[in-house]
Amino acid sequence: MTARPWLKIVAVLIGLFLTVPTMVVLPMSFSSAKTFRFPPEGWSLEWYERLFTSPEWTVAIQNSLQVGLITAVFATVLGTAAAIGVTRLGERARGLAVGFLLSPIIIPNILIALVIFSAFLRLGLTGSLFGIALAHTALALPFVVIAVTARLQGMDPALQKAGGSLGATPFSVFRKVTLPLAMPGVLSGAVLAFVTSFDEVVIALFLQSPTAITLPVQMFNSVTVQIDPTISAASSLMVLVVSVPILLGQVIGARRGRRGTPR
Amino acid sequence: MPAITTAAAPEAPPSPAPGGRRRAAGPLLLLPALVALTLFFVLPLLSILLDSFTDPEPGLGNYASLFTDGYTLRVLGRTLLVALVVTVAGVTLAYPYAYMMTLAGQTARAVMITVVLVPFWTSMLARNFAWMVLMQDGGVVQGLLGLVGLGEVTLLGTTTAVAISMTQVLLPFMVLPMFSVMQQIDRRLLLAGQSLGASRLATFRKVYFPLSLPGVAAGASLVFVLALGFYVTPALLGSPQSSLIAQVISVRTRELLDFGGAGAMGVFMLVVTLAVLAASRRLTGPGAAAGAAHAIAGRNDR
Repeated sequence: MTARPWLKIVAVLIGLFLTVPTMVVLPMSFSSAKTFRFPPEGWSLEWYERLFTSPEWTVAIQNSLQVGLITAVFATVLGTAAAIGVTRLGERARGLAVGFLLSPIIIPNILIALVIFSAFLRLGLTGSLFGIALAHTALALPFVVIAVTARLQGMDPALQKAGGSLGATPFSVFRKVTLPLAMPGVLSGAVLAFVTSFDEVVIALFLQSPTAITLPVQMFNSVTVQIDPTISAASSLMVLVVSVPILLGQVIGARRGRRGTPR
Repeated sequence: MPAITTAAAPEAPPSPAPGGRRRAAGPLLLLPALVALTLFFVLPLLSILLDSFTDPEPGLGNYASLFTDGYTLRVLGRTLLVALVVTVAGVTLAYPYAYMMTLAGQTARAVMITVVLVPFWTSMLARNFAWMVLMQDGGVVQGLLGLVGLGEVTLLGTTTAVAISMTQVLLPFMVLPMFSVMQQIDRRLLLAGQSLGASRLATFRKVYFPLSLPGVAAGASLVFVLALGFYVTPALLGSPQSSLIAQVISVRTRELLDFGGAGAMGVFMLVVTLAVLAASRRLTGPGAAAGAAHAIAGRNDR
């Protein structure tokens, strides 16, 4: 069945609505003005220079990478172990455990920020990067569980039994059979956990201190507290960092798809 | 700091249980994650729940003031209204787009998926900042409105600006679950309907639309719930006069340290969230909720 022309036009317009507005950050980042005027009246590389040389921005980038990596390690280890553990539970217990593990997804971030802030205030963990990473771990855990579970579901349980029946200890079955097979899920879980943390604003905003500012918080402050156009350079880089791998993935996927179905 | 050791220590690979009791290893593997979630999520949540009934004084005072204090009431009403508008606008935009995705050829579909996935992955702050630039006074949007005779409309700082950007920012969350449901609809059913004499519109209305409803419900409930707790967009594009609930929670928590009052608002939000998700689950069956969760995690699918 072919689509009506008006439907195509509507789809194109919605596609433009999804992509075009964000693109203004690209020309903005080369502006020479100290304001957010658009279109820019002159051009410069000042904001990129500031992004990579001024301490407030470089430290924020380092902090975000650090928090993202700690979160990815914690969430991946905990989430992978949990996802494997879940498969060994009975039907009923499995439903309960999965529901509990996924619960942070449905709780609004602002509520998570509120409860973590009040708890960390009592524990003295506010204003520390490690505290932010711990909070992000709770947030990222569900994504690792989903990614690894999806991978494990497609796995033949006989493989693990075969390992055991051939005399391997449970640990070496885990290390030599389960883990390698689950690895793609584990890796995509780790990437998801890192991105979840790297892009998270609200919790990081609540837990921030002058020595614990992540990149999103610095960006947020650069429009709310002061007017710092460096945010447009930071935004442009983030748009590129995200778009390029997705575009490459689609191109490679399309190539492979074409090669896979020779006519 | 006892909390940290519990988070870091016990997630080492499962200790090789002598004798290979595989069943017993299950709970053991789960334990670290359950402990971490309990410590950093459940216990703090319970403590705030307690605060909302006891701080500053025991009773239902915090909840009563949610519905009696004029300011809070206005904020709640505004937040629900914005979430509703964003959801309806989102469904209206996402439905034809997702539908078109199912009809498109291989290349066109790859392009359409990319167009959804790129914003999905792009930093929330970058996208909201872009809207801020576009909507400022003397900005591009104002200029466009001027062309159709609507100059001098101030957008930045208004609820309209917040709703427009939230619709755009949340649109991918709407498209993905819809697409995953529509993709599974057997199009031969439509041909069957038409061959039995129904018009194109009637087959769509009586066959296709009901079959696509689980996707609509999943996307709409997800977007509504996310919109309810949105902080960044109203903070950047709104104004204190047009605060949404998340901003008020933030002020009460960070500036006033009023955990009881903020807690009551948070609990209210949570109750609405759970009710919406439960309703959507009833409407669509448990599969769609899982589908929505998958859509989020499936950020990495391609």
